Amino acid sequence: MQKSLHIIPEKCTGCTQCEIACSMEHEGIFSPSKSRIRVFKFHDEGRFVPYTCTQCAEAWCQRACPTGAIDINARTGAKEVLASACVGCKVCTIACPFGTINYVPESGKVAKCDLCGGDPACAKACPTGAIQFIDAEATGFEKMRAWAAKTDTGASATA
Amino acid sequence: MGWARKLLRVNLTAGTCTTEALNMEWAHQFLGSRGLAAKYLVEEIDPKVDPLAPENKLIMATGPLTGTSASTAGRYTVTTKGELTGAIACSNSGGFFGNEMKNAGWDMIIFEGKSPKPVYLLLQNEQAQLIDAAEFWGQSVWDTEEGIKTKHQDPLIRVASIGKAGEQGCKFACIVNDMDRAAGRSGVGTVMGSKNLKAVAIRGNLGVKVDNVEQFLEAVKAGKAVLAGNPVTGVGLPTYGTQVLMNVINEIGALPTNNHQDVQFARANDISGEAMHAVRKDGTKNLVTNAACFGCTIACQRVSKIERSHFTVKDRPQYQVASGGLEYENAWALGANTGVNDLEAITFANFICNEQGMDPITLGTTISAAMEMFEAGAITTKETGGIELRFGNAEALVQIAELTAKGEGFGREIGLGSKRLCEKYGRSDLHMGVKGQEFPAYDSRGIQGMGLTYATSNRGACHLRSYTVASEVLGIPEKTDPLETTGKAGLVKAFQDATAAVDASGLCIFTTFAWSMEDIAPQVNGACEGDWTVESMLEMGERIWNMERQFNLAAGFTGADDTLPKRILKDAAKTGPAKGKVNELGKMLPEYYQLRGWTAEGVPTGDTLGRLGLA
Repeated sequence: MQKSLHIIPEKCTGCTQCEIACSMEHEGIFSPSKSRIRVFKFHDEGRFVPYTCTQCAEAWCQRACPTGAIDINARTGAKEVLASACVGCKVCTIACPFGTINYVPESGKVAKCDLCGGDPACAKACPTGAIQFIDAEATGFEKMRAWAAKTDTGASATA
Repeated sequence: MGWARKLLRVNLTAGTCTTEALNMEWAHQFLGSRGLAAKYLVEEIDPKVDPLAPENKLIMATGPLTGTSASTAGRYTVTTKGELTGAIACSNSGGFFGNEMKNAGWDMIIFEGKSPKPVYLLLQNEQAQLIDAAEFWGQSVWDTEEGIKTKHQDPLIRVASIGKAGEQGCKFACIVNDMDRAAGRSGVGTVMGSKNLKAVAIRGNLGVKVDNVEQFLEAVKAGKAVLAGNPVTGVGLPTYGTQVLMNVINEIGALPTNNHQDVQFARANDISGEAMHAVRKDGTKNLVTNAACFGCTIACQRVSKIERSHFTVKDRPQYQVASGGLEYENAWALGANTGVNDLEAITFANFICNEQGMDPITLGTTISAAMEMFEAGAITTKETGGIELRFGNAEALVQIAELTAKGEGFGREIGLGSKRLCEKYGRSDLHMGVKGQEFPAYDSRGIQGMGLTYATSNRGACHLRSYTVASEVLGIPEKTDPLETTGKAGLVKAFQDATAAVDASGLCIFTTFAWSMEDIAPQVNGACEGDWTVESMLEMGERIWNMERQFNLAAGFTGADDTLPKRILKDAAKTGPAKGKVNELGKMLPEYYQLRGWTAEGVPTGDTLGRLGLA
């Protein structure tokens, strides 16, 4: 069963443990600037929103890439950048509507979330459950349950 | 590793920035941050220097864990000779600035001299430049931070700056980073302002490395599990922040009220953490959310919004946004100690502190002292410009807070801090502090160990040098009787040494509600070369403590300064469990000196200094 990252912004405290973990997982250093998941802080509202690639089923980045450098990992469903094929043309960064694939000057190639091969470091590092890695089919389950709980239990059977 | 192994020296007089290798011998003796910065300061300045003279230096420093994945590892410190106290000052801040400095490849920045005109430092990895700050001088912290990000077209720049308070010489100005996190106490922002340094703006992406990744990550994971499972760090602090204490401390009769005239505040609940959660008339709450500093899995920070219809923010949209809300110390200083129970007004005064860079503890306590002098007739409306500066007057509190930030009217006198203010009006007896720094939120008649903590703190009265409240009130690591003096000398020494070690690492002291040194040492050991054990960490903390003490002695302080105001030593608490008690400092201090290996006059002996490698 395929899983996907599920983000619940209201649980986020803005600690950036996800960014720290992502940079260690992919670059071997602690450097939030290198993270493929980013936490946005809306200071005046007191809101924090983690954001990363949603792994589109039909990915703009993949379609735009002229060298076929973006491949689908059949097991995880992640769109992964093939370093050997990427020429750093950045067309994918223009094509992606969400801005979640970015150029890395140090490598001359692009980088994006690859779901860490099926065990995302960000979700493991999140202390509040704001980032979860759950069944792709069931990302709405908790919201559905919350709304279901609000259903009027004394509803009349007028049908 | 852990350390970036280099420091930036900024000579503001000459306008130069130079790179130096970090003294690794000192790093192994003093670890980093508070410890290592103190070592550099002690080596480089005359302890008798005027804190506002160009010869004083100001050091911003990270610890070896700063910027790593250890929980709370985003701290940085500012070390200098403090303007408020004349003692060694080290103020510690969270937020994200510390990580940025470390990620840019720097363990510390030493500022020396004085710029001929206002400047700010822009540091982008190894590139450092001093830039004219004329356009930002006179602006608030909030506008300066936004302005620098806009000017350099980089929203990810992290900024630490002073507001108007630091520019105009308020003695308790702080340095604010990330809009509302502050290196708060002892007037470190005043020193920064005296150097014509408006801000430090940093962007870094070089990364932080640790010595043994596997060992480090394992120790960090174990540490996080301890924090999550602990009732204080896992539940209490995220839910109520430090404000969880307001009702607790009031109940045990240690909540200083009306400038320490009383030890209980009848309206404490109105300004408590619980009140911040309560639904207001307009359907909103004071508390918007909790929030975390860099890498912190506790997330104790309060984010608040003031009720839009409140008199403080009506028609002032810039204060209707969210900002750092009330922590316990701030709520107490601006609230209970001034007799004000208007939560929104106190929150507003706190926002002014965030916006213009003032220490809310010293602001609130100085206003409290002024209120007592006003009620006693030593200060009149002639001095205050017509303001009825009485206990409980919320309008007066917020008016004075704004005047103090700007240095206008009677606010300029409040900006002196309570010691100088009380001296000026002939009522030195009403200054509630030690070594020129005002008490924080615990009356030591009701918590005896805190009296010794205050009297011996190297930066003047302070709760963050040995928080024996943890033991005496909360039972961490084990419960001691707050009204007893027995054993408190040893308790204070143990807390002081451990705290110094934690501060030197780059971690937040709040972790120690759950962590012992046995949780911390393996994280330091995984990050740094060397053999960092519980024992070596505690010895390092003791070394830092004694070095700070030596600085203060050389600056002119003596054992006679290790004392408390007459009110605390002679006037008994009037109500509550501590009714009839004074602080019995005299029963604790001689034993403390002895345990420290100091003479009866409070001077470290040659043997002690030799044992710690300080001779």
